[in-house]
Amino acid sequence: MSEESIISLKNVNKWFGDFHVLQDVNLEVKKKERIVVCGPSGSGKSTMIRCINRLEEHQEGSIVVDGIELTGNLKNIDNVRKEVGMVFQQFNLFPHLSVKENITLAPIWVKKMPKAEAEELAMRQLEIVKIPEQANKYPGQLSGGQQQRVAIARSLAMNPNIMLFDEPTSALDPEMIKEVLDVMVDLANGGMTMIVVTHEMGFAKTVADRMVFMDEGKIVEEASPDKFFNNPESDRTKLFLSQILHQ
Amino acid sequence: MNEMNEVRKPPVATTGIIGWLRINLFFNWTNSLITLFVIYCLYQFIPWILDWTIFSADFKYNYLGEQITNQEMCSRNLDPENGGACWAVIYVRFYQFIYGFYPKVEVWRVNVAYVMLAFALLPLLYAKLPYRKYFLYFTYIFPVIAYFLLNGGLGFAEVSTNKWGGLLVTLVLGCTGIALAFPIGIMLALGRRSKLPVISMMCTLFIEFIRGVPLITLLFFGMVMLPLFLPEGIDMDGLVRVLVAVTLFQSAYMAEVIRGGLQAIPPGQYEAAKSLGMSYWRMNLLIILPQAIRISIPPIVNTSIGLFKDTTLVIIVGILDLLGIGRGTLADTNWLGLSYEIYFFVSLVFFIFTFGMSRYSLYLEKKLKTGINMGAD
Repeated sequence: MSEESIISLKNVNKWFGDFHVLQDVNLEVKKKERIVVCGPSGSGKSTMIRCINRLEEHQEGSIVVDGIELTGNLKNIDNVRKEVGMVFQQFNLFPHLSVKENITLAPIWVKKMPKAEAEELAMRQLEIVKIPEQANKYPGQLSGGQQQRVAIARSLAMNPNIMLFDEPTSALDPEMIKEVLDVMVDLANGGMTMIVVTHEMGFAKTVADRMVFMDEGKIVEEASPDKFFNNPESDRTKLFLSQILHQ
Repeated sequence: MNEMNEVRKPPVATTGIIGWLRINLFFNWTNSLITLFVIYCLYQFIPWILDWTIFSADFKYNYLGEQITNQEMCSRNLDPENGGACWAVIYVRFYQFIYGFYPKVEVWRVNVAYVMLAFALLPLLYAKLPYRKYFLYFTYIFPVIAYFLLNGGLGFAEVSTNKWGGLLVTLVLGCTGIALAFPIGIMLALGRRSKLPVISMMCTLFIEFIRGVPLITLLFFGMVMLPLFLPEGIDMDGLVRVLVAVTLFQSAYMAEVIRGGLQAIPPGQYEAAKSLGMSYWRMNLLIILPQAIRISIPPIVNTSIGLFKDTTLVIIVGILDLLGIGRGTLADTNWLGLSYEIYFFVSLVFFIFTFGMSRYSLYLEKKLKTGINMGAD
């Protein structure tokens, strides 16, 4: 099983000061697998996926992404980041650059792609997220949903093997959530390996291969969506589900 | 109901000139009183200052029609009741104000440098300049050209910097100080925020030390101490020593200004850049600094204007900048007592430059804001 894994977390521990935010986290993700991570706030789910592209450093255990172990080695970190795309809750678009420039920047400077080719690529990515007409606007002129779709396009332009989503719809107005989720469903259907931290249980039911439930820095339950929603094992999961499904 | 939907114009008294006057100048009775008082003051002051500086002033000849060669011939000294400013002192000493004691035969070189400076600044000032790229190349090599032009070498006769003076020295100090301090300041600001403790500590120490010392002390340091650090036999030019001091001083301030801008950049920008695989330098050059500098434009221009005026302090180490030439002229028995005219002229020249800088910063802020909503959410 472990040879097939594209992401492998073994006994990962992390502390923020004295706060033990990740406690012996183990997670194996196979190629093309779609994982949805949920759990109450402060449970360490964002921290976990931020460790996967080294935005956070873990202190114990090992994280191997696509055969590369994440250590202090800067070269490895750069290589992992080229493999792994990330979408943030707050979009984090570059406000001083146009939408097109946001997307072409990394291909041009990190992958040394010629400008014309990068622009063509950007337009293709914008078609995929269904907003090619916004190419020359600035992020501040777009709605939240559009910004998040640009952020997805920006990540995809680096042609990653893995996409991490850190609560991609939590900062959006309700009527914009769907347009972002639609893009993510397309992506999932296209065979992208995805780890998604979200509270959108509808999305989880449609696309997830596996649900991961975290609480207090630990993975409490891992199960197929069917089992997770209909027949969860732990009481903590039951309580959590009853709270978010009946709000 | 239909009439309700018609476009209703705002009441006449709140728009146009009358509306503006009402809202801004005569909003209530205190406001009106202040307006009237200010108008009265302007009415008293403006005719007087115009009369003194222009209508009753001597420019080259006094009221008897003689060409003025010393202060006794000024109209205001011949006839204290009627004379205005005696600008003849500026006229006679104009060369020194602009070039110092630069040899007259070689002065064309300074003029060429002045004109080239204007061309070098053009592409920095106007982003839409045609062929801007080529102008920018020129801007980059301008300092080298200017060095050989002004100082000599490459076939030009050498003109020692102790012959430089007036506006020439002011501009050389101001421009070089600002231009060098900007990149050094950026490096110091990045260094101070670095995660590497040695670099961060060194930058912090440097900044805090330089900021904690008055510029005058640094100038003395440059004049007296700097030569001690150099190997024997190498003599550092006086103006260069001062330049080093001015640049160090300015870069410490610039660093703090830019650090302020850096701190305003949300952590998400760093994370997004990193997650795209950008290295530290790419992230800073492409993502962080463009935004940080944009935020810092007003304080950057503010400290630059401050430096431009502070260059007058070089007078205490014996370098005659614009103000220094003015004071030298005042000490001349021929022109004793013309301090109003001389200080007015020096102030005016400084004002023209600093006001230009300030307007430019406003233009820049406006230009960079269009189309970009930095506070987007």
